[in-house]
Amino acid sequence: MSRHDAARLSPHLPADSDGPVFAAPWQAQAFAMVVALHERGLFSWDEWAHTLSTELKAPDAAADGSDYYDCWLRALERMLASKGVVGAPEIDDLTEAWHRAARATPHGRPILLENDPGA
Amino acid sequence: MAARVRALETILTQKGLIDPAAIDVIVDTYETKVGPRNGARVVAKAWSDPAFADWLRRDATAAIVSLGYGGRQGEHMQAVFNSSDTHNMVVCTLCSCYPWSVLGLPPVWYKAPPYRSRAVIDPRSVLAEFGVELPADKAVRVWDSTAELRYLVIPERPAGTEGWDEERLAALVTRDSMIGTGLAREPEAT
Repeated sequence: MSRHDAARLSPHLPADSDGPVFAAPWQAQAFAMVVALHERGLFSWDEWAHTLSTELKAPDAAADGSDYYDCWLRALERMLASKGVVGAPEIDDLTEAWHRAARATPHGRPILLENDPGA
Repeated sequence: MAARVRALETILTQKGLIDPAAIDVIVDTYETKVGPRNGARVVAKAWSDPAFADWLRRDATAAIVSLGYGGRQGEHMQAVFNSSDTHNMVVCTLCSCYPWSVLGLPPVWYKAPPYRSRAVIDPRSVLAEFGVELPADKAVRVWDSTAELRYLVIPERPAGTEGWDEERLAALVTRDSMIGTGLAREPEAT
């Protein structure tokens, strides 16, 4: 099955002739959070473009742009830290809680943060 | 990455900065409702309605909004018209600024460093890789997008389409032709 066919078969990923626009649901979520926070006025689009650009130009960024949404997410975290909204330690802690909740959730059930045995 | 995004979404929701339902609406909009078909309708209208083409030339932001395609980032739009002596091509050397409201989300190559760096330095070889060979005497003009100003290329209307309605014309307008890395389809190719 070609990449294009795979994209068409995946019901929630938008596709174009280059394949899916988002390669995974988390990319769409990260994209939408930035759009929503900008609409709320947390930052200007110009500020965002510069923050994203800094991540895209980092020396370890992939030459083929395959880590675009990884850069996008790092830029979002950097922006949130610079605006005093949330820092990396708080995000790290909650990420770990989600991982624990995922491991503690039986297959086929929705993963809920309440399932975190370490909470 | 998925867990980290979930964590962020949880924190931002708890702080009242985002509403998960609104996030879903944004995702759905970009997945299903916004895409290059919007831009194709703008181009088809410009081809068939000289008054609209003139408006697009003078104030692309307003002309495009009149068709119901508004920008979410408050960006201004500029339409750049291909002609017999000039071919236009769009890039964002800074990051990946793109006219989302008319073209949807950018393709992978548009965001990738090779295109971002080479489009300005050597546009003709980039065009050749896209299969676009232009006459040597045709000028190539490259437009660098910013957060405030995004460009939409209006490709040349293919010959042999006299009397076609907008819907039929729109089917000839590809995404790449509106970025400038392609041309509109020829009628016999559809």
